[in-house]
Amino acid sequence: MIGVVDPGPQTTVQDAGRAGQMRYGIPPSGPVDRASFVLANRLVGNHDGAAALEFTVMGPRLSVEAPCSIAVTGADVPLTVNDAPALAWTTLRLAAGDVVRVGAARAGVRGYVAFAGGIDVPPVLGSRATYLRGRMGGMHGRALARDDRLRLGAAPTPRRRVVPDAARPRWGGDIVLRVVLGPQTDRFTEAGVATFLDSTYEVLPQSDRMGARLNGPRIGHARGHDIISDGIALGAVQVPGDGQPIVLLVDRQSTGGYTKIATVCSFDVARVGQAKPGQRVRFAAVDIASAHRLLRDSNAALASVELQEIAS
Amino acid sequence: MDVNTRVRALEYLIDQKAVPGVVETVPTYRALLVYYDPLIVDYDALCAQLATLAEQATTTAMPPARELELPCCYDGELGPDLEAAAKRLTLSVDELVRLHAGAEYLVYFIGFTPGLPYMTGAPERLTIPRLDTPRVKVPAGSVAIGGIQCCIYSVDSPGGFWLLGRTPVRLYDPSAAEPILLRPGDRVRFRRIERREFDDIAARVAAGDFRPVIR
Repeated sequence: MIGVVDPGPQTTVQDAGRAGQMRYGIPPSGPVDRASFVLANRLVGNHDGAAALEFTVMGPRLSVEAPCSIAVTGADVPLTVNDAPALAWTTLRLAAGDVVRVGAARAGVRGYVAFAGGIDVPPVLGSRATYLRGRMGGMHGRALARDDRLRLGAAPTPRRRVVPDAARPRWGGDIVLRVVLGPQTDRFTEAGVATFLDSTYEVLPQSDRMGARLNGPRIGHARGHDIISDGIALGAVQVPGDGQPIVLLVDRQSTGGYTKIATVCSFDVARVGQAKPGQRVRFAAVDIASAHRLLRDSNAALASVELQEIAS
Repeated sequence: MDVNTRVRALEYLIDQKAVPGVVETVPTYRALLVYYDPLIVDYDALCAQLATLAEQATTTAMPPARELELPCCYDGELGPDLEAAAKRLTLSVDELVRLHAGAEYLVYFIGFTPGLPYMTGAPERLTIPRLDTPRVKVPAGSVAIGGIQCCIYSVDSPGGFWLLGRTPVRLYDPSAAEPILLRPGDRVRFRRIERREFDDIAARVAAGDFRPVIR
């Protein structure tokens, strides 16, 4: 068992996500930054999709009730165990009575805490992921609260390992998001599409797991901003009447009636999901074949990360 | 065959044939979003296969639709736009309710919030522009019209449709084994109920002791 001493502003249980429910209006949920989530699970010997915590901006403070192993990844955060500095991106072995404190993100927005054995909450529609707006999954459909207790699955003690520095993502700085144009690029003026591809946008603080809201030069529509509602893919860049783009993320609405100028490639979704308010974003168009090649490369890079053993 | 029937028929065919690489589908009025894994199936090959299926969809027979009867209480408290909508449509409140409750609706698709049905089938006489100013919060269960559509809000959410009444039945219940009541293609009828029966059914719903009639 893990006790929640302080949950942080928004900490939820997430797993690989809830598949097959978008036709009923239920989004997949799951981690915004899949690679960091997967690496946290690998560090504690779990399968890639085991249920772990996703925290936002500020991490939780947790008390350990029985020996367990954990790993913290994602946003760059200070971390202590019993007030002594501890390492992120590393398997940590904890004893009963230990208190883990995950601090405020220096870069990135979302971090992950994985536990050997995974978090044992009841699956809903095949997933333990929390869908906050739908009050579904995870810890009673809500973010963690003080005094919650997390039950862990049984697991052997994992080896102590670390994600090599070169394999850790770097958050912060200006980012470029690769996009495939469409499906409604024809609903924008040529100048509007040029504005979208040539301008710099800033991430707004209203961003959440549903979507990253951006602010910058207005993207001009050709024939109004409303369409007959259709499905919304992960990474879809919706542009409502105000001409400001919104990149839709894992808790997005399943359908919507605003024009979508482009779709951010899945391998770049984490970068916008990890961008802090004020961080600058640009878009670069790629064709479908290039996008698929880059996806293969990105998956291969994650698959080939070799965790380094630590002598214990 | 109308475009939405083709959309649903195409989804049905994709599901029946278990097209390799297809992960998930989302039907809407006139589009089907197909999620696929490009590492399993080639984009161009999948497009060709879907185009073939889309042609077949024009003649595909789908399994019979489910028919549901949902109790609905049309009154000024649960349907705060009832009078304004009647006035706008130059109908009496009673005529409006009779027309709305007398129609059979088809669920085109589910979207916006979990379990929210977008339905067609309202009499043409009930076509009405959306509210000028959407409400910030519409209670779950509200039965509403906007444009040529009818919808039932599934959770408390913002909304721009005219609220005519409310059903005590839950369209979305995250704690239920099957959280979503309606599916694309379902046929829905409303049974007009009085406030006393609404309260009675609402209490039974809360106790887990009410299931709407499904045929």
